[in-house]
Amino acid sequence: MREVAVVAFAQTRHSAVDEGLSEPELLLPVIEEVRRRSGLRTFGFTCSGSCDYLAGAPFSFVSALDALGAWPPISESHVEMDAAWALYEAWVRLQHGDVDSALVYGFGKPSQAVDPYRLMTLQLDPYYLAPLGLDQISYAALAASARGADRAELDEVVRRSRAAGRANPYALDLPDPEGEEAVVAPLRPYDIAPPADGAAAVVLAAGDLARRVCERPAWITGIAHRIDPHYLGMRDLARPASAAEAARAAGVGKGGVDVAELHVQFSHEEPVLREALALPPATEVNPSGGPLAANPVMATGLIRIGEAARRITDGTAGRTVGHAAGGPCLQHNLVAVMEG
Amino acid sequence: MPSEAGPATGETVADHVLEFPGGYTRTTGPVIGRFLTELRDARIVGVRTAGGRVLVPPLEHDPDTGEEVTGEFTEVGPAGTVESWAWVQAPLPGHPLDRPFAWALIRLDGADTALVHAVDAGDARAMRPGLRVRPRWRAERSGHITDIEGFVPEVTRIVSPVRADYRLRPGRALARFLEGVADGVFLGCRCGSCGKVYVPYRLSCPECGVPITEEVRLPDTGTVTTFAINNLPDPRAPEVPFVSAYIQLDGADIPMIALVGGVPAHEVRQGMRVRAVWVPPEERVPAPHSMQNIRWFAPTGEPDAEL
Repeated sequence: MREVAVVAFAQTRHSAVDEGLSEPELLLPVIEEVRRRSGLRTFGFTCSGSCDYLAGAPFSFVSALDALGAWPPISESHVEMDAAWALYEAWVRLQHGDVDSALVYGFGKPSQAVDPYRLMTLQLDPYYLAPLGLDQISYAALAASARGADRAELDEVVRRSRAAGRANPYALDLPDPEGEEAVVAPLRPYDIAPPADGAAAVVLAAGDLARRVCERPAWITGIAHRIDPHYLGMRDLARPASAAEAARAAGVGKGGVDVAELHVQFSHEEPVLREALALPPATEVNPSGGPLAANPVMATGLIRIGEAARRITDGTAGRTVGHAAGGPCLQHNLVAVMEG
Repeated sequence: MPSEAGPATGETVADHVLEFPGGYTRTTGPVIGRFLTELRDARIVGVRTAGGRVLVPPLEHDPDTGEEVTGEFTEVGPAGTVESWAWVQAPLPGHPLDRPFAWALIRLDGADTALVHAVDAGDARAMRPGLRVRPRWRAERSGHITDIEGFVPEVTRIVSPVRADYRLRPGRALARFLEGVADGVFLGCRCGSCGKVYVPYRLSCPECGVPITEEVRLPDTGTVTTFAINNLPDPRAPEVPFVSAYIQLDGADIPMIALVGGVPAHEVRQGMRVRAVWVPPEERVPAPHSMQNIRWFAPTGEPDAEL
């Protein structure tokens, strides 16, 4: 396996409201920032992750290339998924050995959707689930209910995530959780990751190039993704097998984990993922606040990997895990292990 | 795309709808098509996997192995068991029901997987794991997952009206007491053997077992010895909650039961001094209905009595 590392990471200051920037305008500063940090202006491969349904227009991701300067033509690809999967594609591309660097970015403006949770109904199968109008909060509530999550445990997850988010300049400033009214019981409003407009970018580099452009590269020692059956009634919503299998394949358990950044879009998913990834009790989870402190949809998963990598590159952790999820109720899980 | 200036902020904002006119046409394939065809006929079928599991709703491939399913369809349900649920207090447009309902994972009888659908349970408190439910079918069905409007709980209880009619006579002792009440007087009696005064009036002493002959007129004041706050409606009580109390009339040795009114229920206490509240003379009725002449007992305002 070729050595590949995260050598630069940048993200926007995510916003709960539309601040009037287009997607390329959101992206431009973070692309510039990773170029500056890595010292690289061009890349052997470029890959992005986004969702056309967020923009409400087909092929909307193409216009995001305006933020890069894609002329003369660059080698470029896109996934209609969280940009963590774009990072996976870039990592695979670097394994080919003919290029040494890759730019990965993701972006989303959920503020444009009148109801971003109902937008997520469109990702469901069109025969059995989408016609029921099952929205994102509703199916997450089914999973929370299947888990039988303890209210005090969930409140503590939110309290800790929001406190960490207040200390994170890129996340939202949210108060401690309060109020008992459910949106869809058992989920309360504060259990739900607040959608935010935002973008993030990562530069991957292989071998010697990584050592040259970064003092402490965050070497990706394991990365894998696995998926569960789509239909909610055909799997155990409380124990996502694909998350456990991705963690095993990425080698999470082969060493200690100082920090794990998990793609927790609903508070019950933190204990669920902690269990599935078999994280040691000492592992600090979502010290950035995680998605419960800001959820720039389609960049959120990439930010988990970026935040976990940052702890390596800034020397505050030795071994970290980044996790991303896609699909309803943690259907699809990606796990990356990084070491200094 | 049309744009309009937002009057409040001056920002340029446009409404935008992404819609495929008339919706996409999707082929179902043989497996999903069979399920939807059976739904149109108000039947639910699952498909058997090579391993023998029954998938409901049917998929073309076994999610565990990726193998093609067998093509053997089997009718399941229509009843099933709720495995878990989430309660929607405020339904959204597009939801199956426009009143509060539960999303549920329902294991239909004979299935090895759970179906996602709505349960029209009326109240979140009606939901529990293990709840038995059945589909409520749409009258007009087209071969669509919403041919089932929703599931409803199985019948586990009914309401049984209970009523019997009687004609009652009070007996001699009670008849005498009710005549007294009709005249605005509580009639009791004193036992010639033990000296105890009983009210209502009776013909024998329950302690001594001897006939009683001495009639006693008692005042309409007394003391609450104990009481209960009633939260179920009663035709004789003015409202819920109401207080029924044992009231020992002054001069009596045993209490009689009566309503207490004119005071909030939570202020009634043992030892409270009370007086009967009579209806106005022109509204009074004769025996045997004369108890209606006493509305209830109300506090006199005197200091509480020692019990």
